[in-house]
Amino acid sequence: MSFAIEVNQLQKTYTNGKTALSGVSLAVPEGSFFSLLGPNGAGKSTLINILADTVKPTSGSVQFLGHDLFSERAWCKRRLGVVPQEVAFDPFFAPRDILKITSGLYGVKPDKVWIEELLERLELTQHAGKNSRQLSGGMRRRLLVAQALVHKPKIIILDEPTAGVDVELRKRLWDFMRELNRNGSTILLTTHYLEEAEELCNQVAIIDKGQVLTSQSMTSLLNSVGSSTLALGYHSPLHITAEQHITLEDFSPRVDGNALLLTLKKDTAGNSNFNDAYQAAISCFGASSTVSIEDEDLEDVFLRLTNNPAEVQA
Amino acid sequence: MNWYGCYTLFTREVRRFLNVNMQTIVAPALTAVMYLIVFSYAMGDRQVPGMEVDYFNFLIPGLVMMAMLQNAFANTSSSIMVGKLMNVQIILMMAPLSALELIVAFLSAAVVRAVIVGVVLLLVLVPFTHIPIGNIGFILFYGICGSIIMGAMGLIGGMWSKTFDDMALLNNFIIMPLTFLSGVFYSVKQLPEMWQSVNHWNPFFYLIDGFRFGFLGVGDTDPYKAMSIVLIATLISIAACLKLWSLGWRLKE
Ligand SMILES: Nc1ncnc2c1ncn2[C@@H]1O[C@H](COP(=O)(O)OP(=O)(O)OP(=O)(O)O)[C@@H](O)[C@H]1O
Ligand SMILES: [Mg+2]
Repeated sequence: MSFAIEVNQLQKTYTNGKTALSGVSLAVPEGSFFSLLGPNGAGKSTLINILADTVKPTSGSVQFLGHDLFSERAWCKRRLGVVPQEVAFDPFFAPRDILKITSGLYGVKPDKVWIEELLERLELTQHAGKNSRQLSGGMRRRLLVAQALVHKPKIIILDEPTAGVDVELRKRLWDFMRELNRNGSTILLTTHYLEEAEELCNQVAIIDKGQVLTSQSMTSLLNSVGSSTLALGYHSPLHITAEQHITLEDFSPRVDGNALLLTLKKDTAGNSNFNDAYQAAISCFGASSTVSIEDEDLEDVFLRLTNNPAEVQA
Repeated sequence: MNWYGCYTLFTREVRRFLNVNMQTIVAPALTAVMYLIVFSYAMGDRQVPGMEVDYFNFLIPGLVMMAMLQNAFANTSSSIMVGKLMNVQIILMMAPLSALELIVAFLSAAVVRAVIVGVVLLLVLVPFTHIPIGNIGFILFYGICGSIIMGAMGLIGGMWSKTFDDMALLNNFIIMPLTFLSGVFYSVKQLPEMWQSVNHWNPFFYLIDGFRFGFLGVGDTDPYKAMSIVLIATLISIAACLKLWSLGWRLKE
């Protein structure tokens, strides 16, 4: 497999002594839709700013499509479009001019058709002639997205592109990203909207305190680390005896009123030990009146991993 | 090389000051006219001691050059400063522009602004007088080198400043004294011995003296010696900009 982005042993200690990254290694497969997740202060933006060449790493290497960022800066940057987390805008020009200028800075003659399409897709056409001082916060962020795309980069990196963007526009933005991804661009994004990440992305990495907790495909993460809960409903409140507890031990049994809750594990192929758990439960309490399975979603996995990193095996 | 990117940045910088031309071109012209009126009334039609020149004619090249230098400085310093506050610097750092391309764009725009201001000022001031143009080569050399040096200082000052207060500090305590004490309003020969030698350490002195020599054919120093000093200063200031930008000095964490 070839990688759009490869980061090796990246370390960053800021001048104030704060270590934001302590040895981060990541590989983003070409063509993937990759989400970089982590709680506030995890080091996501630090990593992205190093990729964007606006922050210097203390040590480590970065490669784009096999080319080293620090020895082939211009080559890499032409293929890279980054939306920084912090809003940046040029107060001297209107959005349409800003897009033309940004294109030019990347050495690309402004493509009028593409610029109009970007304005349209990001709902900025109406505001394209205004001075950018008059744009609202959400518009400024969308303008930044347009700026990152204006030179048609192969690799698109977005640091919380939807922060402060309303629901409807957020959906449209994601549709646009999906389309770009289908057309061959690799996308790396950070977001705190985990349902969106789960729905959009096929690769995921979770980082916390400057370290990678896990990095794999979305399905394998949800299968291998994510567990499911089997809930068996009975007619009367349950009580688990010590003996029953031993029988059910593998499934960390809990009782919630009339329901018995058992934790299911999945193997890497996604098959769970549902049968074993079900049989064990019946042997203790007899057949239940209801059976349901609740899968952990990305948010549950995320919370579990960031609260208890020791659990990560993958 | 990304010369198209460099050209784009250059045009951006030029459009930036043309958009606010009242502030960047008309205002400096007005200031210079006021200086001229005030000082020439105050001095009457005296001659400058040691030179066979009217004070009026002596004053004009100095005022023009001072305005050029200040505007070259203002162009780069305000661009970097505002860019830092608005985060636009991030966009520049992300773009595939080498330090050389970037510095060339910024300094050329500063020179263009200085030259426009210089030409406008001459057009405004010349009707008041009959100033000769002795040697256009000298005028261009000093005008352009001076603008490059000041554009570079503005760039470095802009990178150094964290706030507009820092910028005001630089302006009031370094730039203003150096320009005012550089012999715009007087010939250094009028000064006591000690101040004369202090003046020879002021780089602006050579710039203004050489520029004036281009018009009047007389000056306080040997213009060829001044030329080599100015040339070296120009190269050093360009090199310093290149070095600092590629280090990301005060821009990159
Ligand atoms: N310029 C800076 N100087 C010093 N410390 C910094 C700087 N920028 C970030 N940090 C610190 O580095 C750590 C990582 O910050 P970073 O911005 O990378 O987190 P993040 O994962 O992007 O968080 P968020 O989700 O809030 O955006 C934090 O502890 C932060 O305080
Ligand atoms: Mg962040």
